[in-house]
Amino acid sequence: MNKGTKAIFMTPYILWLGLFVIAPVGLIFYYSFFNVQGQFTLDNYRNFFASGTYLAMTANSVLYAFLITLIALLISYPMAYYISKLKHRDLWILLVILPTWINLLLKAYAFIGLLSRDGLVNNLSQFFGLGVHHMLFTNASFILVAAYIQIPFMILPIYNSLVDINGSFIRASHDLGATTYQTFTKIILPLTKPGIQSGVQIVFIPSLSLFMLSRLIGGNKIITLGTAVEEHFLTTMNWGMGSTIGVVLIISMVIVMLLTNTKKKKRGQLNAK
Amino acid sequence: MQSKASKFGKFYLIFIFLLLYIPIAYLIIYSFSKGTTMANFHGFTLKHYQDLFADKRMLAIFLNTILIALLSSLISTIIGTIGAFAVHNARKRHTKQTLLSLNSILLVSPDVIIGASFLIFFTSLSVPLGFWSVLLSHIAFEIPIVLLMVLPRLNEMSPSLINAALDLGATPSQILSQIIIPYIQPGIIAGFFMAITYSLDDFAVTFFVTGNGFTTLSVEIYSRARQGIDLEINALSGIMFIFSLILVLVYYFIESHNVSKGRKKNRLEAVE
Repeated sequence: MNKGTKAIFMTPYILWLGLFVIAPVGLIFYYSFFNVQGQFTLDNYRNFFASGTYLAMTANSVLYAFLITLIALLISYPMAYYISKLKHRDLWILLVILPTWINLLLKAYAFIGLLSRDGLVNNLSQFFGLGVHHMLFTNASFILVAAYIQIPFMILPIYNSLVDINGSFIRASHDLGATTYQTFTKIILPLTKPGIQSGVQIVFIPSLSLFMLSRLIGGNKIITLGTAVEEHFLTTMNWGMGSTIGVVLIISMVIVMLLTNTKKKKRGQLNAK
Repeated sequence: MQSKASKFGKFYLIFIFLLLYIPIAYLIIYSFSKGTTMANFHGFTLKHYQDLFADKRMLAIFLNTILIALLSSLISTIIGTIGAFAVHNARKRHTKQTLLSLNSILLVSPDVIIGASFLIFFTSLSVPLGFWSVLLSHIAFEIPIVLLMVLPRLNEMSPSLINAALDLGATPSQILSQIIIPYIQPGIIAGFFMAITYSLDDFAVTFFVTGNGFTTLSVEIYSRARQGIDLEINALSGIMFIFSLILVLVYYFIESHNVSKGRKKNRLEAVE
């Protein structure tokens, strides 16, 4: 292929990069400097950093995303570990993936039923003599439902890194007299660190912006940055402020990526050897 | 001691799998309930399914959703594969790295940001919100995942295959159609399926760029769920569950027929 045809061939992809990756991000930054009247201003940023509401919201979003990620990680690691030891592990991991093919909204909707006053959870709690609780539209239910939705995304990368571990490392560690616990903390855990990191990345970033969940399960309060962006873009039509929050979200996303990516290079080196 | 641990392990697995599937089962069980809420099963009925199939509006939305999913996956698979070639053929390491980072922006961005930025983008180009804006957005966010599925196959293809073909007098188009495409085909198929999943699963981006006239299933479910329980949605989830099950089975079938184990693992790594 000569250069000319090659260039024509690549055009769609380059066009996509320009139009749908670079331009939208640029536009968000651009809009964040305009107010509702369309005048250039730094007010949006001033508002954001001067008002307690937005700062509290940012702290809330980070806290919620952190809790969601932590719960998902604590549940998923043992899960991935035990699945990787099963005989038909390919099949079992498929069963973990299957719920992710079900629409997110349907899963959220299921919880509206499960957590409602006469729902299954309250029935069970009554059965065990714990009484009826008001669970729907609380922050706790928002966190739990979000963790539920994210668990498969956490299990997968950890499972992949567990399966990748060379079995002879484990045998060697046992031969050298390590206990199961030592083998786990000294061999398995360090080797699955890349899996944990990508799991945290995959779960944490979307958790910053789950606006539909906080609307449906969290009770329509604007508690996270994601809900605030949606509110500004689709309800109050203050795109400038919405973009400013978006810029903050983008920056926090970049920070998370930088924090979780540090070790990835090392892994590349390991693989290269 | 080890058997004890694995006993605990099995118990744990069963417990978490139950937790994962109870909400889905709950939805589907109540789609057969005579009552009107998701509490106290009132006896078996197919009424909600009948309502669903009689609901012309819902049928139209369902067809819209499928149309968007298939069209966008098809187009994004083509462009994503081209992108994989672009990354693969980049000579400088730096160019390759830049292309890959740009590629992953849409994969890691929060949905809200993608939705909001596309909304600004479409309005500033005065693209009307509706079918086309939704289709373009879906194509846009599916391309990077297709690229990530195809690229490992391209990378593991030995250059000697192409050199041999060149030596034997193959033209560039023959090399592409007879050597490269068949070799990377499993990656392309996997990318296509992933793209369909992304499209069917998306809510946030569609919600931002959909405007008034056009709706997909996710958006419709959202607006209905905000009004409370409606067992027609349960019936819909029953159907969508079967639909995803079939998709998974088809995908798994193609996968296990096409790909040897080692290669599959490589691909999973790429997704990471």
